[in-house]
Amino acid sequence: MQRVTVPLIGAAPAWRAAARGLLAAGVQPQDVLWNSEGQEGADLFGQDAAMPAAGAATTVPRSFIALATSVAYHRDPQRFARLYALLWRLREAPQLMADRADPDVAKLRAMEKAVHRCRHKMRAFVRFREIGAPDAARRSFAAWFEPEHYTLEMNAPFFAGRFADMDWRIATPDVTAVFERGQMRLEPGQPAPALPPDASEELWLTYFRNIFNPARLKVTAMTSEMPRKYWKNLPEAAAIPDLIATAPERARAMAAAAPTLPPPRAAAAQAGLARQVSAWRDTGEGLEAAIRACTRCPLHCHATQAVCGEGPQRAALMVVGEQPGDQEDLAGRPFVGPAGQLFDKIAAEAGLDRSRAYITNAVKHFKHIPRGRRRIHQRPDAGEVAHCRWWLDAEIERARPDLIVAMGATAALALTGSGARITARRGTVERGRLGHNVLITLHPSYLLRLPEAEARASATADFRADLARAAAI
Amino acid sequence: MTRQTLDQKLAILSDAAKYDASCASSGGTKRDSRGGGLGSNTGSGICHSYAPDGRCISLLKILMTNFCIYDCSYCINRVSSNVPRARFSVDEVVKLTIEFYRRNYIEGLFLSSGVIRSPDATMSDMVQIARKLRHEENFRGYIHLKTIPDAAPELIAEAGILSDRLSINVELPTDAAVQTYAPEKNPGQIRRAMADVRQRREAAKDRSHSGKRPPKFAPAGQSTQVIIGADASTDATILGQSTRLYAGYGLRRVYYSAFSPIPDSSAKLPLISPPLQREHRLYQADWLLRFYGFGVEEITSVTPDGNLDLDIDPKLAWALAHRGLFPLDVNRASRDLLLRVPGFGVKTVNRILTTRRHRHLRYEDIARMGASMKKAGAFVTAGGWTPGGLTDSAHLRARFAPPPQQMSLF
Repeated sequence: MQRVTVPLIGAAPAWRAAARGLLAAGVQPQDVLWNSEGQEGADLFGQDAAMPAAGAATTVPRSFIALATSVAYHRDPQRFARLYALLWRLREAPQLMADRADPDVAKLRAMEKAVHRCRHKMRAFVRFREIGAPDAARRSFAAWFEPEHYTLEMNAPFFAGRFADMDWRIATPDVTAVFERGQMRLEPGQPAPALPPDASEELWLTYFRNIFNPARLKVTAMTSEMPRKYWKNLPEAAAIPDLIATAPERARAMAAAAPTLPPPRAAAAQAGLARQVSAWRDTGEGLEAAIRACTRCPLHCHATQAVCGEGPQRAALMVVGEQPGDQEDLAGRPFVGPAGQLFDKIAAEAGLDRSRAYITNAVKHFKHIPRGRRRIHQRPDAGEVAHCRWWLDAEIERARPDLIVAMGATAALALTGSGARITARRGTVERGRLGHNVLITLHPSYLLRLPEAEARASATADFRADLARAAAI
Repeated sequence: MTRQTLDQKLAILSDAAKYDASCASSGGTKRDSRGGGLGSNTGSGICHSYAPDGRCISLLKILMTNFCIYDCSYCINRVSSNVPRARFSVDEVVKLTIEFYRRNYIEGLFLSSGVIRSPDATMSDMVQIARKLRHEENFRGYIHLKTIPDAAPELIAEAGILSDRLSINVELPTDAAVQTYAPEKNPGQIRRAMADVRQRREAAKDRSHSGKRPPKFAPAGQSTQVIIGADASTDATILGQSTRLYAGYGLRRVYYSAFSPIPDSSAKLPLISPPLQREHRLYQADWLLRFYGFGVEEITSVTPDGNLDLDIDPKLAWALAHRGLFPLDVNRASRDLLLRVPGFGVKTVNRILTTRRHRHLRYEDIARMGASMKKAGAFVTAGGWTPGGLTDSAHLRARFAPPPQQMSLF
């Protein structure tokens, strides 16, 4: 029987070194007696053996190292023996680490979880008090904490990274961490030190009392996350019994109180509100403002904003698409998304100057359905197109174009009243509802959707030719 | 009037802030103070304390001021309310944040404010606090700023660079409700402000022509809060709004806050507060939408009125209405279907999938993996286990729902 005593500070690397040696020497788990410093049991049989020299490197799954590094700081005296027993089994069956249902793995995982929770709770519940002068160049603080496991060593780098510009020490019964002038060291544990009172603690209690809403008392929700065992070192916990006791009465009083009359300053404050100008308020006048305020159909409820046309108000050429897409809806400008960029590219190739044309959509709000993190475009129906025709006609009457390019079926429907298939009508000039010439062409998003390169190239050529024809007018 | 002390101001302005549900300090860039300054952010938040209302206290959640020129009837700080008022100076907020942080009370600051003078003036003071924390105090902890929807875009631009998270409250589930209860707020403007934040976040991810990265914009994303039970919207309406917010503006979280009685409440509001259980069920449904592949209609169509079942969780309610799909064989069923088993979480399902590659899973194995077999047992088969007639038993719901209570006579 070999006895190995693992120190409290540096437990994980010490256990690893010992385990590596024992494994290399082929020592079976039942032949090792693991001891932890500070937890020495009455073992009558073991003898401190010379540690076997580290033999050939053993390979173990990386996940085991992470597991062992955490479990080594658990308070269970059996932790080292359990780890070594699993390590022994892993030699033959490395896939065991992936088996969450194996009793040995499940037990160690549960211990790992307990250590991680303890580590997290320490990060949360350590409370410093100032022990130096508040106006010192480098301030100093101290805390007393009683963790469930030996987690201070794992947490020391966290506190060092967080409070790098001050000196601090965290004392626990087992280990003390001291951080001075940017250097960290671990010392043996100590009894609870007497810390001087700290004025900020009063403010913290004030905050704790007032952030609590007495109308929603849920004590178990609190204690499941902040168990009572931590309360003795939490200054705010002193306020809890009183807050719980008075909550029902405070909630009742709120409900029973009769509504009051507004204070006199309310009217003056409200009057000031009317004079305010926001950078976001619609500066557009007339038609644009009316379109942005449109609630003729339900589409406005779910869209960010109505997207008005863009371009010179009086334009010889007008280009009409279907509806704003995701990007257009966010930006409030037409044809800025993928289809808009493709349109810009092909228009430039075709000699069409976008800035001289009036570009708009047949429907002004984005129709879509949400799917996870994305909004999926939905084609507007005939009713929605009919509602929005009011705005499209107003834009046409203002622009008085010589030619209108209808891109896609929805634009063609809105402009000509005919929803017939686009493929047969593409490249023809039809007479619009208001008597304008309407050149029917494809929608650029159709080009983006075509899967075959050949079909896409030919459709793109058609589209480019149509735009060139429009540009020539 | 005597001058208020810092303690009195803190009492008033934290009391005024408690109706905001969010206190999350997760997300954001990982950083620490080894290179100078104070504070760190690990990316996963830390709850430093819990109040007896069960809510976590992670951030110093305060209002800069609770003076407000708006008159939103659900809000304690509305202009027509008679609550005591206070206003922090910029330096007071900075000092409180730093001193609390040094004592490990908090992860950072969640600053909100009533609207004073104008939205721009208010937002500009809030940005000044964040600027002072970051640039003068070298504060590297978490900052969450509540943005005022009407504030000028350049203020939002600076706020996003200084803070980890921005949020704008949609307040209520429908545009009509906002118009009724918060007449000065414009739901369209709130959406435009959220769209603006999304666009700025996306633009900050693109490298410039020279390959340089622009400063990160609100790296922990944006969130919002909606008040439940002040208007008559059903859960289906509320969750429908949430899915649109997640899809449209890439929100990190939608917080649901059961309308709470407030001191000096407005006569316009319902006198009965909604059960906190409703809020809980909405959060569960929200999780199902985001991580379990459920659609809104699936969750809300199992009850006739579009509200979630308060007695049992939404996943169990869905499973009870779709028993034809069950029992599932844990050794064969796909990930998508396993995620639909009541009592199985995402972690449990991942563990099942990795382990069953190596061996056949038995009932005890599943229990050890963290599943709640009390729920899952009726919906799965595994080695050594079959629910038999339990899946289709008429009494299955009664096993999970609390026993019916007799109506009280008095």
